[in-house]
Amino acid sequence: MKLELGNIIINDIQFTNEGSKVENGVLYVNQEEIKELVLEDSNIDTCEVFIARPGESVRITPVKDVIEPRVKVEGPGGMFPGWIAKVDTVGSGKTNVLKGAAVVTTGKIVGFQEGIIDMSGPGADYTPFSKTYNLVVKMEPVEGLKQHEHEYALRIAGFKVACFLGALGKNLTPDEVETFEFDNLVESARKYPELPRVAYVQMLQSQGLLHDTYVYGVDAKRTLTTIINPLETMDGAIVSGNCVSSCDKNPTYVHQNNRVIRELFKAHGKTLNFMGMIITNENVYLADKERSSNWSAKLAEYLGCDGVIISQEGFGNPDTDLIMNTKKIEAKGIKTVIITDEYAGRDGKSQSLADADASANAVVTGGNANQVIVLPPMETVYGHLHFVDTIAGGSANNIDAHGNITVEIQAITGATNETGFHNLSAR
Amino acid sequence: MSKIKIVQYINQFFAQIGGEEKADIKPELREGVVGPGLAFNQAFGDEAEIVATVICGDSYFGENIEKASAEVIEMVKSVNPDMFIAGPAFNAGRYGVACGTISKAVKDALNIPVLTGMYVENPGADMFKKDIYIVSTKNSAAGMRDAIKKMAPLALKLAKGEPIGASCVEGYMPNGVRVNLFEKECGAARAVKMLVAKLNNKPFETEFPMPDFDRVDPNPAVKDMAHATVALCTSGGIVPHGNPDRIESSSASKYGEYDITGVEDLDAAGWETAHGGYDPVYANEDADRVLPVDVMREFEKAGKIGKLYNKFYTTVGNGTAVLSSKKFAEEYAAKMKADGVDCVIMTST
Repeated sequence: MKLELGNIIINDIQFTNEGSKVENGVLYVNQEEIKELVLEDSNIDTCEVFIARPGESVRITPVKDVIEPRVKVEGPGGMFPGWIAKVDTVGSGKTNVLKGAAVVTTGKIVGFQEGIIDMSGPGADYTPFSKTYNLVVKMEPVEGLKQHEHEYALRIAGFKVACFLGALGKNLTPDEVETFEFDNLVESARKYPELPRVAYVQMLQSQGLLHDTYVYGVDAKRTLTTIINPLETMDGAIVSGNCVSSCDKNPTYVHQNNRVIRELFKAHGKTLNFMGMIITNENVYLADKERSSNWSAKLAEYLGCDGVIISQEGFGNPDTDLIMNTKKIEAKGIKTVIITDEYAGRDGKSQSLADADASANAVVTGGNANQVIVLPPMETVYGHLHFVDTIAGGSANNIDAHGNITVEIQAITGATNETGFHNLSAR
Repeated sequence: MSKIKIVQYINQFFAQIGGEEKADIKPELREGVVGPGLAFNQAFGDEAEIVATVICGDSYFGENIEKASAEVIEMVKSVNPDMFIAGPAFNAGRYGVACGTISKAVKDALNIPVLTGMYVENPGADMFKKDIYIVSTKNSAAGMRDAIKKMAPLALKLAKGEPIGASCVEGYMPNGVRVNLFEKECGAARAVKMLVAKLNNKPFETEFPMPDFDRVDPNPAVKDMAHATVALCTSGGIVPHGNPDRIESSSASKYGEYDITGVEDLDAAGWETAHGGYDPVYANEDADRVLPVDVMREFEKAGKIGKLYNKFYTTVGNGTAVLSSKKFAEEYAAKMKADGVDCVIMTST
């Protein structure tokens, strides 16, 4: 299977009263078109649209999802199969990307859990999404909408806006084209017999409301561990339904641009042979954890792996899934590197994970999520600032008289991402 | 601004007094630098100065730890320095242990920042790396320049009270305190490199060494439940409606104590969860799903348990440091014990 990603580099977003379009690297957005699209859903009462650019004195909170605008140009299926497109298998042909742009959804809080994106100041270093040109879509639900329906409505609306914007790039000539090729198992094994065979085991958050992930529209907690072609993720096969302690949850953007996959492609044929990708869940029941980790190990063995990279999503309860996966895969004689993050306390002195095993001897960490940071006031806030005391990472009365917010970095979207998307770490 | 005043501790060998035959010399305070201090002073430039040096024989220190420590502390105190440096000791075992011991003693007694340096396999390293900053040096005195290059800047930071970065940045041995840093490469790139090294049996360094877990043996079973006072406790965040004590949704800094005298059932009007780590909808509909007061009341009426304790203790386990949890439990366990609670059902989520 072969996929060409055509990147259309976006250097700015601006509003226009004419039709939305992409021209000379600028994404022009007609706000009314976005609002009309979002308000098709009768569960959404109001919609406002803003632009947040890198370096601006802007804070977006509570952030629910971040999505990259993409469009299918050639080949079967369409973006976000199971949500926007039908469930044809995606990941081949051509896809255009508005590289540098992102849709960020915000609005009244659903749970405790949404994040913060600062476009400048000390907080900006901690989120990868301070570097993207963000179209902020603020949506409020109709009164009385239950939390599960509220979350669902916002999730779909974000995908719709991203697809609307992505479609503006469908007929444009990309500024650069990246080509990814992924062979079938037999062909892969034959091609680089001398290189170690490696797979990627991606653990998908599936603990419940705002801790959900979807694969081709299927709730990951109702899935068995399975194999997916890594190219499928580039067309939105895996999407986020979660933003709890948003530092280490994967927004949809991270699934579309999974860096473990990209790094494995880079090394493929040089230092390793990238054989496949396994997706497994992080359910809360013990039987589920045991079954899913058994299947990860079984599939890693089936793929003939010498080594795997395991990425986690979330912390605490999923630490047990991470360690089960690691132990069982290592027990098959397959070497592992795991990517996690830490909750070592504000002073860094507590044990970092809720579970551990001696076989997990190669760990990449996204940093200590309990680290405290003071975020100075921003000139503009898109969303609702008053939730920063209740989101995960916040605490009572954490805004001082000058508007400084004291939070743990777990409140910052993407800060300690466990797919290795960001460069924060700890020792 | 005046220079930062530093006292350095070295052994008889680095003071060029002699080798093993002079290892029994008693502590001696000399003004100014002796031996390696000269190079340290050069590295400090205008910012700091080693104003005095304490010299002590390794055997004397090792055989008279308490006495020698007290003597050295008095000497250091007499100079009233801002900072204390011992060594570096490289791979000299007794010297390393002496450097660790005296550094910790000076820190405890005089409350000034201290720093030492030694080779990672020096026995003093494992003994003291969690108590004081120890710079990782080469295994012989040939590594003096390298050691000073790492120790001098760290000493200045410590003396000025500046924030200390991660061990791999500052050059000290990992001390169990986790400190964040920004890497040049993203985590995914680091993971692929680490895996390739591991697959090729090449050396690699884990970014997080697995900890030793504090395993707790369960208590013996309670034999007579029919007369037992049973308490309910939870890390599932059940609180009265509105979360009156504002327990955090993650990384809780406190626990709540709530009275359930006369409460038969935790209904949606009166109770909810403060926990940010799981789907709160079902707990908010019926908090008994997390803290089963309703079932305990049935058991109480049926005589299966003596009685349900009239209070419950609750916190949010989500993202909460183990040390915080320990502190909470130590407090409320003592309260329950004083109130005659026989056993506790601790529910998680």
